[in-house]
Amino acid sequence: MVAFILRRLMQSLLVMLAVSAVSFSLFNFVGDPVNNMVGQDATREQRQQIRVELGLEDPILVQYSRFVGNMVQGEFGVSYRIRRPVEDLIMERLPATLELVFVSAILAMGFGIAAGVYTGIRRNSWLSRVLLSTSLVGVSLPTFIIGIGLIYLFAVHLRILPSSGRSGTVDLGWWKTSLLTREGWASILLPAITLSLFQATMILRLVRAEMMEVMRTDFIKFARARGLSERAVNFGHALKNTLVPVITIIGLNIGNLIAFSVITETVFQWPGTGLMFIQSVDFVDVPIMSAYLVFVALMFVIINLVVDILYVAIDPRIRIGSA
Amino acid sequence: MTSAPDPSASPPERELGAHPEHQGRMGFFARLMENDVAYSFTRSPIAIIAAIITVLAILACFAAPLIAPFDPFDPAQISLWDGKLPPAWAEGGQAQYLLGTDNQGRDMLSTILYGGRLSILVGLTAVALGMTLGVALGVISGYFGGAVDAFVMRIADVQLTIPGILLAILINGIGRAVIPQELRDDFAIYVVILAIGLTDWPQFARVARGATLVEAQKEYVMAARVIGLPAWLIMLRHVLPNVLRPVMVLATIGLALAIIAEATLSFLGQGIPPTTPSLGTLIRVGNEFLFSGLWWITLFPAIALVTLVFAVNLLGDWMRDALNPKLR
Repeated sequence: MVAFILRRLMQSLLVMLAVSAVSFSLFNFVGDPVNNMVGQDATREQRQQIRVELGLEDPILVQYSRFVGNMVQGEFGVSYRIRRPVEDLIMERLPATLELVFVSAILAMGFGIAAGVYTGIRRNSWLSRVLLSTSLVGVSLPTFIIGIGLIYLFAVHLRILPSSGRSGTVDLGWWKTSLLTREGWASILLPAITLSLFQATMILRLVRAEMMEVMRTDFIKFARARGLSERAVNFGHALKNTLVPVITIIGLNIGNLIAFSVITETVFQWPGTGLMFIQSVDFVDVPIMSAYLVFVALMFVIINLVVDILYVAIDPRIRIGSA
Repeated sequence: MTSAPDPSASPPERELGAHPEHQGRMGFFARLMENDVAYSFTRSPIAIIAAIITVLAILACFAAPLIAPFDPFDPAQISLWDGKLPPAWAEGGQAQYLLGTDNQGRDMLSTILYGGRLSILVGLTAVALGMTLGVALGVISGYFGGAVDAFVMRIADVQLTIPGILLAILINGIGRAVIPQELRDDFAIYVVILAIGLTDWPQFARVARGATLVEAQKEYVMAARVIGLPAWLIMLRHVLPNVLRPVMVLATIGLALAIIAEATLSFLGQGIPPTTPSLGTLIRVGNEFLFSGLWWITLFPAIALVTLVFAVNLLGDWMRDALNPKLR
């Protein structure tokens, strides 16, 4: 177990080094950083002096290790466009993204597990068929089209929910939340539903398949033979045994939620980190782009590490193979 | 196992490899129709409908210059006076613009056909890129094994932990940033293809590697080795044709995903520019007019996109069942 975690940690470290090398080289390939700092009429000597001050004349490995050093301390430089430290900008926008992902995850899990259990047990009811065929459509629809559809229905046609932006935020000092006011919930609802829909259908199908699998096993037959109630069989025995793959998928799906939040944030102009990245590409704001790369990589490395460890912890069969 | 990849060093073997026994016995099409896959196809109405829709959509889009009522890129045929007209059947619509016009007076039907052509083209090229890269790497690592295999597959594993669409957005963003601002629109399409292709390859590599591992153990590959064929020739002429079945399934599903990815990038304003719009770009442009009630500028390209993707997806699903390869 310890060896397994250590090996995974080493691998994660290598990934982070590779990603940081990419985001470091962005600075070297994209434009001249000096041009972004001095005016058109700066003399050659002035430029040279700034290059030396910035350390751009140092050997590339020295520059890279300095970059990594700064990164580890949470310093990513100053945005070209907004002229503020990138780490501040990310921290400002992170609550918006995390709240969106959190609410979506709850929605997706709640709906996905409930509907999955229902369709797994009542396989032939009309509601199951409706749920299953709708979920097939849900998987094929691109996220941004779902978003547009919801905006048209609820914001343009019915006019009951705002179409974009994040309003009704309450500043808790270190965290601006939109989960404390009615207005805030109204603004998070559409993006959260958009983001959760695809994940909900995935969870639904997974839970349903697992439930049907477990229902066929001998220990369920035995539980029925012992005369246990439907409720005890379905939830006490069957659901419990479907949870291992479900937890893994949900863990990996948090990564998917973060990925698709970039799209959802742009559709709804939700002021999170994803929208910030899209805008930084338009303005070639390299410090933000490189910081976002490192940030996303870090998030995925952590998610995968946690899921791997959880997986081993939950299912003892895996331990034999990997230790 | 590392024979020198130099054909001139071993002329007799090369001749042997150039005339493999199984070739030329039956035409490609005849062989295509003679097998279980064709049988399963004729027995699946969903697959037939999906195939018809896919083929019709591809034909219609590529014949766009011939069948589209207008040329949306010809300024002489566009008049701003005809802008924002609703579809022909709605109030205020004109018969010659069946699906209405966009804000610049371009006929929606024609724009969708041309846009669809671009979307399909980008999707096909991106999948071809990812497939070539992935299958090449997969067959090589499956055939040689060892350190090459460990290295390639580790990269694939790591890349697979990041969702494809996010990776495509990131690679595409880096690509756009590297290109100077004034050249961005001209190169956008290549950046998009590259981003999607580079995102796609690990799946192909995995499947190709798995199939290669199985094939490499079989007697015909052993025989080819014994008679001294160079490794590259064995991989190309003997292993590759036998790993293509599962790869084709993946390529079909990959096409649907690539079309969605392109549309998503374009919708985010990170893809194909509005001057030569793809379906995603059209939806993006139309989205700006949704609030003024001009629903048709968004709705029709969206329907076109979803129908196309859905049909290709169904085709891929059927293929997976028919060929039943062990994906992953």
